[in-house]
Amino acid sequence: MNDIQITPELILFCGLAGIAALASLGVVLFQNAVRSALCLVLNFFVLAILYFTLNAQMLGITQIVVYTGAIMVLFLFVIMLLNLGSARLLEEKWDIKKPLGAVFGIALATLIGSQMLPGFLSRTHVNPLSDYGTPQALGRTIFTEYAVPFECISVLLLVGIVGSILLAKRKI
Amino acid sequence: MNGVPLAAYLGLGLFMFCVGIVGVIVRRNPIVIFMCVELMLNAANLTFLSFARYRIAESSRVTIEAERSVMAGQMMVIFVMAVAAAEVAVGLGIIMTIFRSRNNVDVDELNLLRG
Amino acid sequence: MDVAKWFLGLADFWQALIRAIIWVLFIFAPVPIFIWWERRLLSWMQDRIGPNRVGNITWSTRSKYVPGFLKGKKWKLFGLAQPVADGIKSFTKEDLAPSTSDKFVYFLAPALAVFPAFAIGAVIPWSAWRSLTPVANVDIGVLYILAISSLGVYGVVLAGYASNNKYSLMGGLRASAQLISYELSMGMSLGAIALGSGSLRPTDMLAAQEQPLYGVIPFLQNWYAFTPFGFVAMVVFFICMVAETNRAPFDLPEAESELVAGYNTEYSTKKWVMFMMGEYVNMFIFGSVIMTVFLGGYNLLPVNWDYLAHQNWPGAGICEFIARLQYWLGFGVFFIKGFAVITAYIWVRATLPRLRYDQLMSFGWRWLLPLATCNLIVVALWLVSTKLAGDKSNSGVIGIALGWAAVVIAMLVLYVIYRQIRKNQAGDGKLEPRQVTLVDPNAASTQGAG
Repeated sequence: MNDIQITPELILFCGLAGIAALASLGVVLFQNAVRSALCLVLNFFVLAILYFTLNAQMLGITQIVVYTGAIMVLFLFVIMLLNLGSARLLEEKWDIKKPLGAVFGIALATLIGSQMLPGFLSRTHVNPLSDYGTPQALGRTIFTEYAVPFECISVLLLVGIVGSILLAKRKI
Repeated sequence: MNGVPLAAYLGLGLFMFCVGIVGVIVRRNPIVIFMCVELMLNAANLTFLSFARYRIAESSRVTIEAERSVMAGQMMVIFVMAVAAAEVAVGLGIIMTIFRSRNNVDVDELNLLRG
Repeated sequence: MDVAKWFLGLADFWQALIRAIIWVLFIFAPVPIFIWWERRLLSWMQDRIGPNRVGNITWSTRSKYVPGFLKGKKWKLFGLAQPVADGIKSFTKEDLAPSTSDKFVYFLAPALAVFPAFAIGAVIPWSAWRSLTPVANVDIGVLYILAISSLGVYGVVLAGYASNNKYSLMGGLRASAQLISYELSMGMSLGAIALGSGSLRPTDMLAAQEQPLYGVIPFLQNWYAFTPFGFVAMVVFFICMVAETNRAPFDLPEAESELVAGYNTEYSTKKWVMFMMGEYVNMFIFGSVIMTVFLGGYNLLPVNWDYLAHQNWPGAGICEFIARLQYWLGFGVFFIKGFAVITAYIWVRATLPRLRYDQLMSFGWRWLLPLATCNLIVVALWLVSTKLAGDKSNSGVIGIALGWAAVVIAMLVLYVIYRQIRKNQAGDGKLEPRQVTLVDPNAASTQGAG
């Protein structure tokens, strides 16, 4: 840790990571489900910006379209339709699970972090693949080497659509 | 980015993952539990992408294996996103069906299968 | 010029910041003009005069401060000060908030409605000066537009939720369902153009559109609206654009006669102004997207002035002059074209009745999405076949002619199917005879009075 310089990128990363960490804490800590969902939206958006800093532009924009723009809208729909926003409906009583859960989480994070993180304190210097995160590079790979998983994912999404329509209909 | 250690990205992913685990254990609203599962999936995505990005710098020559392993990280993230989308659609449908029949969403009360 | 050299010498961050500030100012400025133009043009189309009183000055005849030549003169402003008056009213009215709502979300929702409207335009080139526009020339161009427009759903949903009002909530949910339904077809039509131009960047799409028309006519530009599948994609995109900005005929969520004002019932003054401003900026931005992707961006006419200027004909000097003018006044052309799209929006609003919600959803999912998907598939097949056909010089024109024939035939087939469906729904049109029993007035009066 002695040779870490304070570059503007490091400050930017610390700011973004702080927002993402606080937002993820907000998901768990807010009693109101709508505020939890909004914190998760913020978390996903900041993660998309972090993907941009990792040069993965296509995946960052896909994160915004898929997660922030579709999945979280679906979550908000269900929360509002089921009227689960008010905290009165689901009173989370204080029981022994909460501090135990927190202790478990901290222990897990410390265990994994202490073993893995010190080994990865290296930096990047140069990016030899000039079109690393572009749609063209992703398209080249997904339609040639990963064509079979791509088709399986299409079938999976089709199954998901059919399943959710079946579940949502009142009578078939 | 230049100047940010890989451990920083991994640390953020680890933090989000552990917060997600704690959320699944502690919360009783099934939709919030679902959201914590999504949080864990995104932490895994971040880890994949950061390894893929930092993997390039360690191999100074661009070989086929290097490109394949670099692209494998992004492919994995695409597939995880697609699977998460399908899972959310079906899972929220299940939750709504449960709510329609029981009018009470509290996972501690869903104990009909208990022997 | 010195300014250009100084600008290019700055760090990347400051350049991007200046570009973003210029863009935001560029977007903010025409909004009052749009508000005025909408009210006046809509009024003229509805056979009435719009607001034309605000700002009219009648110089007094008796005051000693008014110079002689002005005494008694009337200056008409044609209602151009109406948006100013609206702004003053909205900023000085009392700002209410419902007492039992979620206060944070209530204040956040208008901001979330306005932010995507400004952010979409970061990838759109508004003139030919590549150092100033677009704000961010990223590889993912039009996908960024789709992503940020999908963030526009949140403003509507949260506004409906935070108002703590069943009807606002319903309006918000219906609006967001409409928005996400029409986003899909928008993505498909943009995908067809991305396939055709080989890149997702709007600047590359513009460069592809500045090529000779169909590859053979050198002095006309190959705007995607002139290609068959680009034309279909443009029509699909226009319909989705009108639906995405919640404008008539898709404005059920904010219709005054249906749900009071839908999701912005409980919003007054400044927050409502933010919703309205977001809507107008959204209209302008989507208009600029359709202009850039389908209609040649900052080129006013589909003519290659540079090519004409290099030929040996008497008008070469004029063409050179026009080419220079277009280079330096590209942003003016961009604004004029955006204004033309706003006019198209207003025209559609004045002409078409509002769609009912189930009609809206069925149109979006059962007609528009299959049409856009088929268009995408056919564009892909067409590209493969032109690649297989090789580099023969006529193959481009033959392909285009076949494409137009296919599109016209497909439209005819769809129209025939549509007529058949309507005929099946309408029944056989015969009225059944009504059974009418006549009441005898004499019998009823003796019974009623007793």
